[in-house]
Amino acid sequence: MPAPLMQLDGLTKSYPGVRANDDISFNIGEGQIHALLGENGAGKSTLVKMIYGLVRPDSGAMTLYGAPFAPAQPTEARLNGIAMVFQHFSLFDALDVAENVALGMENPPPLRDLARRIRTVSEEYGLPLDPTRLVGELSAGERQRVEIVRCLLQDPRLLIMDEPTSVLTPQEVGILFRTLRKLASEGTAILYISHKLEEIRTLCDEATILRGGRKVATCDPREKTARELAELMVGQILTPPERPARAMGDVVLEVDNLSLKSSNPFGTSLKDISFQLRAGEVLGIAGVAGNGQDELLLMLSGELRAPRNQVRLRGKPVGHLGPNGRRGLGVVAAPEERLGHAAAPDMSLTENALLSAARRKRLERGGFIDWGKAEAFARDIITRFDVRTPGPHVLARALSGGNLQKFVIGREIELDPDVIIVNQPTWGVDASAAATIRQALLDLAGKGAGVLVIRQDLDELLEVADSFAALNEGRLTPVRPAKGLSVEEIGLMMGGSGDMHVAHEAAE
Amino acid sequence: MIRLEKRKEPSQIWRIANPFLAVVLTMIAGGMMFAALGKDPVAAIRLIFFDPLFSEQFGSYSRPQLLIKTAPLILIAVGLAIGFKANIWNIGAEGQYIMGALFGAGVALAFYPIEGWYIFPLMILAGALGGFLWAMIPAILKTRFNTNEILVSLLLVYVAERILAAMALGLMRNPDQPGFPGSRDLRRYESAHNAELIANTGLHWGVVAALIAVIFAYIMMTRHMLGFHVQLAGQAPRAARFGGVSPARLVIICLGLAGALAGLAGMFEVSGPGGQVRIEFATGYGFTAIIVAFLGRLNPIGIVLAGFLLGLTYIGGELSQMMLQLPSASIQVFQGMLLFFLLALDFQTNYRIRLTQGARA
Repeated sequence: MPAPLMQLDGLTKSYPGVRANDDISFNIGEGQIHALLGENGAGKSTLVKMIYGLVRPDSGAMTLYGAPFAPAQPTEARLNGIAMVFQHFSLFDALDVAENVALGMENPPPLRDLARRIRTVSEEYGLPLDPTRLVGELSAGERQRVEIVRCLLQDPRLLIMDEPTSVLTPQEVGILFRTLRKLASEGTAILYISHKLEEIRTLCDEATILRGGRKVATCDPREKTARELAELMVGQILTPPERPARAMGDVVLEVDNLSLKSSNPFGTSLKDISFQLRAGEVLGIAGVAGNGQDELLLMLSGELRAPRNQVRLRGKPVGHLGPNGRRGLGVVAAPEERLGHAAAPDMSLTENALLSAARRKRLERGGFIDWGKAEAFARDIITRFDVRTPGPHVLARALSGGNLQKFVIGREIELDPDVIIVNQPTWGVDASAAATIRQALLDLAGKGAGVLVIRQDLDELLEVADSFAALNEGRLTPVRPAKGLSVEEIGLMMGGSGDMHVAHEAAE
Repeated sequence: MIRLEKRKEPSQIWRIANPFLAVVLTMIAGGMMFAALGKDPVAAIRLIFFDPLFSEQFGSYSRPQLLIKTAPLILIAVGLAIGFKANIWNIGAEGQYIMGALFGAGVALAFYPIEGWYIFPLMILAGALGGFLWAMIPAILKTRFNTNEILVSLLLVYVAERILAAMALGLMRNPDQPGFPGSRDLRRYESAHNAELIANTGLHWGVVAALIAVIFAYIMMTRHMLGFHVQLAGQAPRAARFGGVSPARLVIICLGLAGALAGLAGMFEVSGPGGQVRIEFATGYGFTAIIVAFLGRLNPIGIVLAGFLLGLTYIGGELSQMMLQLPSASIQVFQGMLLFFLLALDFQTNYRIRLTQGARA
């Protein structure tokens, strides 16, 4: 049993109306990979913010190497050897790797020395990085390496990682795990936040599970099944989604050899995309973030116009139509970014219901809005999809991520579409909300709609998809039946990490 | 140390209180300015805000002036506010106002001396068209070449002023009085005269138009999809595109609407209170209306209140020039301060200012 590096004792933190952390105690040992598990809103981020000095506990204490530890600022935490890799990167696209690393350091050395150290550290830990490349050109996995290397340069004693694998291919996950194990073997403790249970079972020595701000258990994850862990996390028995038996119908949506330039200078242009989607089919599209997923959704929703004939709905050309034109014909979409794209943050849920449903649900007549009807529709969505909120007058930004996602997906499903395109439908959503959303999509397919799901989480994708394709640098692989595909094969379809195996072997 | 904290939700109390606070702060700072100019600050403030309405000496003259000064401010501000809500910044209403006046007066002068009921309606259409076309220049440049509408619309004000001067001295000059710059007096041309509808009230067609514009804007912003799209585009441009709003179309509509309303204001002014096309015809309504729009919280009803307040400063400014020999620019400084204080105060609608004791590592 290694000596505890850090002890948490009775940490409690309340925010107005919610007790985010309630009397949480556990130890993190030196060289231990310790998982922190929990649904959204379980209190993981608050806990980590206390350790990292972003939030001060109301009561309770921490010790580091047996000495009291109460960081008032992240600077203080960093000086004490605590480093953190956030889920959302704080990198500047227009600067190169070394410059980005320097920006996050307390006393950066001259850039030339720093570049040399970045190269050394990244090779030592099998995370190849070229310090002179612009961050805007890097893949999500490479960006994460920038963040990790930035932390490693400060010789951390405790490395906190928040959902690190959500942006990685299976091969990249393998590389990351090898790096983390190497770090642990050298004595660095790792606090690993995730809700991917299989990962935690492969990687972690110990897991602390939070639910509703309280600690439910600390256990050895390798001795539990994924299902047991999930049930501890959710506090209820989980049932896998039901798939209504259904026959594939005619082709509803068809895209032919479509190439489209991205409207964003750091975006990915679509290259020669072709596929068919049948009625009742769930087509899963995998790929590492930034390989054209956003552009694919924009092109299908009508926000990016395509040549008239290259997108067809039941044989009818729709490429030239905008979002409302396509909604009118039965194509709806739910973009990845909930706040700001799928919903307007400072508008009420009623207004957000109107956003995409105005015409199809006849919430307006001759341009005049029927607010009563819009509010009733918002209420419908809230009830049917179990959106936890005081009512439809609440601003979208006041909802938690999972609840807003239920609202946004629910809104599109209620439009009774022929084709629905969803990007990352359950991203950052807790397990029970994710199950609701998956089930709703499957039900929709059961009723004869074509469903296209863009998702990075392969387990989830394989759970719902009938057929499967992957996006890689804006190209779409041929569509294959999902049955019988192995995760390894899928990883190869997603591509892009073969060279890193070599780097890793060279480093070891 | 002073720390700024973003509020979870904008503070409604400050949103409503700030315009009033800004007026008070402007009175204080303005009073200091007047004191520095060697005038009695209390008397000056009283002359600007109080005497135009309640003084026995000037009241009968200045009360009707209030509607005359306020109507164009409201008419222009209502149009600007719609654009501002959509993050479309038309700063050139003054130019659109001038072009509306020139188009309206041009129709009248072309018909002179024929009398007919149809002349005034035609002038109204021409006035709106003039402002609309002038606003289409920044609109089309923005949608086609992605130019900045703030710069283009603002610079076009100076172009419009040159055209106004050229018209007053050239094409539109009164042929019966070639020695003087300026056109015929439209108040003496019955079919073109925007006369008072009720004597000695200042109530002319422009006031009616302003009232109609306020009602229409209110309905549009609260009940119509167009108003919804305007707010959506201003608050969340990507969500607006998802909702099927075409940004280019919105730029054309917002600039066109504001331009047409400013043009109308110019036309009602030139055919009524202004009377003729003169070099000094434009007195800054187009710029003051920006202050009116913000002070009125971009809300049609608020704009009515703010319009009256700023209209009052116009009259009070004239009075203080006359009675206290204050420089004419001082009232513009006064109006500028009002916007300055409002924007500064608005910071606390979205942020909380915290004093904390620095406990730094």
